[in-house]
Amino acid sequence: MNHTTTGTSVNGKLRNYTSLGQTIRNSLTMAYRGLLKIKRTPEQLFDVTLQPIIFTLMFTYIFGGAISGDVQSYLPVIIPGILVQTVITTSLVTGVQLREDMDKGVFDRFKSLPIARIAPLAGALLADTVRYTIATTLTFAMGYIMGYRPEAGLGTVALASVLVIFCAWAISWIFAFFGVIARTASSVQGISMLALFPLTFLSNAFVPVETMPKWLQWFVNANPVSHLISAVRELTQSGTVGQHLFISLAGAAVIVIVFAPLTVRAYMRKT
Amino acid sequence: MVIHSKTTKGMAKEWAVEAKGLVKTFGNNRAVDGVDLQVKAGSIYGVLGPNGAGKTTTIRMLATLLRPDSGSAQIFGHDVAKEAQIVRQLIGVTGQYASVDESLSATENLVIFSRLLGLGRGEAKRKAVELLEEFGLSEAAKRPLKEFSGGMRRRLDLAASLISQPPLIFLDEPTTGLDPRTRSQMWDTIRRLVKTGSTVLLTTQYLDEADQLADRVAVIDHGRVVAEGTVNELKASVGTSSLHLNIEDPGNLAQAKRIIEEVLGTKAGITAEAGTITAPMANADSVTDLLLALRGAGIPLSEFSVQKPTLDEVFLTITGQDKVSVKTSEEAGATKKEVAIG
Repeated sequence: MNHTTTGTSVNGKLRNYTSLGQTIRNSLTMAYRGLLKIKRTPEQLFDVTLQPIIFTLMFTYIFGGAISGDVQSYLPVIIPGILVQTVITTSLVTGVQLREDMDKGVFDRFKSLPIARIAPLAGALLADTVRYTIATTLTFAMGYIMGYRPEAGLGTVALASVLVIFCAWAISWIFAFFGVIARTASSVQGISMLALFPLTFLSNAFVPVETMPKWLQWFVNANPVSHLISAVRELTQSGTVGQHLFISLAGAAVIVIVFAPLTVRAYMRKT
Repeated sequence: MVIHSKTTKGMAKEWAVEAKGLVKTFGNNRAVDGVDLQVKAGSIYGVLGPNGAGKTTTIRMLATLLRPDSGSAQIFGHDVAKEAQIVRQLIGVTGQYASVDESLSATENLVIFSRLLGLGRGEAKRKAVELLEEFGLSEAAKRPLKEFSGGMRRRLDLAASLISQPPLIFLDEPTTGLDPRTRSQMWDTIRRLVKTGSTVLLTTQYLDEADQLADRVAVIDHGRVVAEGTVNELKASVGTSSLHLNIEDPGNLAQAKRIIEEVLGTKAGITAEAGTITAPMANADSVTDLLLALRGAGIPLSEFSVQKPTLDEVFLTITGQDKVSVKTSEEAGATKKEVAIG
């Protein structure tokens, strides 16, 4: 037998770890892949386009009169509420789609490539911020059409949008985790919906907290979703950067710190 | 053309793959039950076995996709468990099912994989064009993969494994489900790979594929290597050549069998379904004596052949398996010398 090895040359640059730079580059490439996929299957975007339009219309006209006396004065309350609810619900789709994606053969190749282990997940989650951006823009646009005029101006609306998109991205790590550990895509949908429904509705999104029973007020006030909604309201109405904003950011950071490593580890174990 | 040349550090290693006692259990099923493999660098190594023998599981462990429960494996001297990220820089994996992105086009697939492997934007595009050209996919470059045939998908899959010109390439059943023409194209491609210096470890359930391509073969069954050697060594273990004989009148079977055993001095067997008598032959020349003896006894023949043992027979002899579980393709047994009588 011959003793020759491969025709390739010796360069001695093999390393058993990935640098931070490479991790970022890999994640961005995977995000590019996610964007291409969205471009190829625009029907995926139905939920993020229709939900903000329908929910905003529906809830504003149903609750407006009862809660704030008229639709016009209800808008500053409901728009941030709908916004947060819609965008967080959208982040659920990330987990479902990740599950579907992972069942395909291409993820085997990603695993066998010398890339950062987190990249396929981080990339997918990053690409999905496009979905949150669409949902955010449409909610504010719907509000504007219906007469919503944020008092603190457009700059704060932009700032609030970034805040909501960032928090949704953070929360999507939770659903990504479910996505990785669940057996099927529909079970991800099931588990996630069960967690999301109480979280988004048992908040200050639609009605003033004072109207609720005492024991419920306790939960609603502690609910991180309420803090995020309050932060958006403060930003858009008075331009206040208050404690709600900091609590929201801290909460988002904690979620990422806890769930990103958990998710990557589960992903690595999964075969 | 070599953009990323990667290989082992320091001295050239003799073994591309060295696995000892690999074990993987799924529930109660020991899918891989102590597999040892040694693959010389620069060769094509075939892992042959029926469905469920543990071929894919073995490859997945060697390719860092699956952690072995016990045992160890080195790729060019790097441990698959401890130095996984280094191993990944040395290998290309083409899975049993095309591991490419269905929703993207062929070019987009290759560009993304190239970018992930560290090529720049321009480089990645050039590499994609180059590989598509090489694999005859240029025309389909922009089309979504959904419209690709099985063969095109496999070719793209292989192309994706070659972006970084890895010194070791794993091919898991590279031609399963392909038509004969696409299959021989794939074989040519694999042969070309080895000429450029790569080592190829392929699994197959087609005996003729191992026969055509592999320098050495490991026969694997129930998660264990049951035989290992060059294709010719394996064939020789069964006998130098074998006789296949059909007679016109089944009533003469017993007499014919007796004559064959007398002339050849070996034990003959009769397969029930076709009334075929088979017997190993040490010397193909004794066929003349046999034919004369049969004519002398007045036994007319309908079909007669002397052939080298096929891997098919090797496989059956070694594993003692029923033919049903082993797939043979039409082109199996290329070494057949056939004499038709009647």
